[in-house]
Amino acid sequence: MAPGAQFAAKRLGKELTKISKGLPAGIVLVQGDNFEEWLLDIQVLDSNPLYMGQTYRLKFKFGSSYPIEPPEVVFVKLPDRPIPIHPHIYSNGIICLDLLGQQGWSPVQNVESVCMSLQSMLTGNTKNERPPGDEEFVRGNRLRPKDIDFYYHDNNV
Amino acid sequence: MDSDDDFMSAVSSEDDILPDDSDNDDLSGAEDFDFDDEPDPDLGMSKDIGRKRVAYDISFKVYQPADIEKQQDDLINEVNMILNISKEEAAILLRHFRWNKERLIEDYMDAPPQVLEAAGLAQESASLPRLEVQPGFVCDICCEEGPGLASFAIKCGHRYCVDCYRHYLSQKIKEEGEAARIQCPSDGCDLIVDARSLDLLVTPELKERYHELLNRTYVEDKDTLKWCPAPDCQNAIECGVKKKDLDKVVPTVSCLCAHRFCFGCILSDHQPAPCELVKKWLKKCADDSETANWISANTKECPKCNSTIEKNGGCNHMTCRKCKHEFCWMCMGLWSEHGTSWYSCNRFEEKSGTEARDAQAKSRVSLERYLHYYNRYANHEQSARLDKDIYTKTEKKMVQLQKESGMSWIEVQYLNSASQALQTCRQTLMWTYAFAFYLARNNLTEIFEDNQKDLEMAVEGLSEMFEKPVTELADPKLKVEIMDKTSYCNKRRIILLDDTAQNLADGRWTFNVELTGSAPASGGPSNRR
Repeated sequence: MAPGAQFAAKRLGKELTKISKGLPAGIVLVQGDNFEEWLLDIQVLDSNPLYMGQTYRLKFKFGSSYPIEPPEVVFVKLPDRPIPIHPHIYSNGIICLDLLGQQGWSPVQNVESVCMSLQSMLTGNTKNERPPGDEEFVRGNRLRPKDIDFYYHDNNV
Repeated sequence: MDSDDDFMSAVSSEDDILPDDSDNDDLSGAEDFDFDDEPDPDLGMSKDIGRKRVAYDISFKVYQPADIEKQQDDLINEVNMILNISKEEAAILLRHFRWNKERLIEDYMDAPPQVLEAAGLAQESASLPRLEVQPGFVCDICCEEGPGLASFAIKCGHRYCVDCYRHYLSQKIKEEGEAARIQCPSDGCDLIVDARSLDLLVTPELKERYHELLNRTYVEDKDTLKWCPAPDCQNAIECGVKKKDLDKVVPTVSCLCAHRFCFGCILSDHQPAPCELVKKWLKKCADDSETANWISANTKECPKCNSTIEKNGGCNHMTCRKCKHEFCWMCMGLWSEHGTSWYSCNRFEEKSGTEARDAQAKSRVSLERYLHYYNRYANHEQSARLDKDIYTKTEKKMVQLQKESGMSWIEVQYLNSASQALQTCRQTLMWTYAFAFYLARNNLTEIFEDNQKDLEMAVEGLSEMFEKPVTELADPKLKVEIMDKTSYCNKRRIILLDDTAQNLADGRWTFNVELTGSAPASGGPSNRR
């Protein structure tokens, strides 16, 4: 374990305890056996035609300063787990959400609240499209999500 | 020579002509520097008629860290007294208003609650924030609870354990370099953590960093202040030049650390070229557009399939490797039309080749023109880079001279002045070539080119004298010559800069590129929020 990771581990341990007592509908912990990387599945529960009947896989990566620092959260593509279509989600799974950036993050957020935010971000969306410049971004980007300077231009979607 | 270094670095090569900046009183009213949009017609250039002023000279003032802190403290104290709020709150309000005291007071008088809220301050100033142990407290960040868990909250009442608060603040300060706008850790709470609360929580080391960062925001928030970009220099410079005037003036300032830079773009002094041209020039030199030009000048494209071909042998009979098209390298025409004129293309203006040649000739001329200016620019740049060597050589020479000729330290200072003059003049010359590259010909360009030539010849002359062996340098006759040449170089530089700056201010130059330096005026704080 990296030095200083004690802090993150303690908090994640507490989160696990809470999760074991139950998660909101549509959120399932797939893998959480260490304090560095967790996998979760989320579903959109209402009848939004864009996402109905689909399950999406999320990967959480925690730094040693979590929850002071936001976790890195991306969608992962698997044969039965597509990347949801959304104007703020790139086709490589990278999510543009102010909540996950240094400015918008608050240490009172947790894995569960992030999943719920993503659920509602999908629920509220009606646009069947990728972010502008998706193709170019996906081809050219070599940065980790946290190092990308997203411009949160539109908080309505 | 350690003790001498300080003295020598303070000797400016132009101290004989520039007015002393330290008693420059144009900016004495710096605090109430007006932010209005009105153009300052004379840019502070010609206010003192009595004193000799050259067109490129602008007013500025250097502040050391202590001055900067004092300015902030003065403003904070003033607001603290006038509005009857704590100093911490006054500081937060001032930062919110980008240190525009007048606007802060005016707005605050109108509607205190709104102003406080917008700046991230709570209205209720009931009790001072302090560490507390509250029964039944659970920290929302680490989810710890238990008796004796000390917690902290700023005025919003969002309470977290001391460890988490500390961790949070150190993350913000250390990792994110944030200071003036650290908000409460709670989601969606905009309240700003004030300096006193911070001092209560963090280690002395972090505290120091925090106040350093706060100082930074003072300089960064004010349009009239900029940090000296020299490594390890902590001074800031105040200058009233506005962004929209950068196509009219090249605001070179010089710090107490002797670094001379442009207040407009923070790059090293680039007089006489305006910032926008400098930006274009550096981009042109850096990017591949010239590689592309080289390719088009030194290679040809197969007239049939457009593959790029560089001729590497003597034969003019080209067969494209890709499409097997056969053509003549000289006239780009079909080889089959050549008949028996092998190896020497003597055909003139046959139709098939004319177009290909025209395009190439154009790009060749453009490349040649660029290279003409670039070579001269790069040559002076290289010489400027060697300045450090020259300087150390000079020092050695001066010591040697003192030993060999029995001259005193002060008597050999002329070599230092000569070295300084060489450096400054070369830097100016370097930029005259970038300037000239973008200059469209008119009546004035000839005068400019004459000035450029005169300065260049003077500099080369001085440079040559400067390289002489020490034995000759001691010759009193040469000493006088060097001194004369030094002051002549400086004078030529002044003349050139004066002329270019005057014409720039009057808008008499025409450039062969768009000079978009007059970007939308920043317009002062009123438009900013």
